[in-house]
Amino acid sequence: MQTFYLGVAAFLLLTMVVGLIRIFRGPRQEDRLMAMQLFGTTGVAVLLLLAAAFDASSMRNAALIFAVLAVLAVAAYARGPNRREKEIK
Amino acid sequence: MHILAVLLCLAGAFFFLAGTAGLLRFPDSPSRLHALTKADNLGLGLIVLALVVTSSSLAVALKVILVWLLALAASTSICFLLGQSMLRQDQRQDQ
Repeated sequence: MQTFYLGVAAFLLLTMVVGLIRIFRGPRQEDRLMAMQLFGTTGVAVLLLLAAAFDASSMRNAALIFAVLAVLAVAAYARGPNRREKEIK
Repeated sequence: MHILAVLLCLAGAFFFLAGTAGLLRFPDSPSRLHALTKADNLGLGLIVLALVVTSSSLAVALKVILVWLLALAASTSICFLLGQSMLRQDQRQDQ
């Protein structure tokens, strides 16, 4: 069972690597942020699988925190510079 | 019991793949955003279900479900923020 979890985690890492193409090619900033959010969710899944494979409860806490980090980055982007431009007009 | 977990994990991994494929192949940003947030949440949900089925204690199962709910809330808010900033940029370009 453990090797199966590790196999699925490795597969998810592969999808993350494939997602890098979108970050490289993404025409708009939002595409890059989307790919980053996909990495966040895939990272949470990988962490949960590793936690189940090695019975490490600390990894589950890491997955919990990881899920929040992607939100902070996108919120900073959305609430950042382009928002202030609107008020200046 | 393990067979069920294996199947759920495979389905979850498939949806992650679908999300990534959608991210790469869809023509414009909003459709990419739509495909992305739906697919990876479903993938995560299925993997979490598989972990819950084979989890040793109840506390572990509840914590994994908590992580999934948080990921759901995170990705919906992200979807909204990105959609809003895209819309605002498009409006600004139209002026």
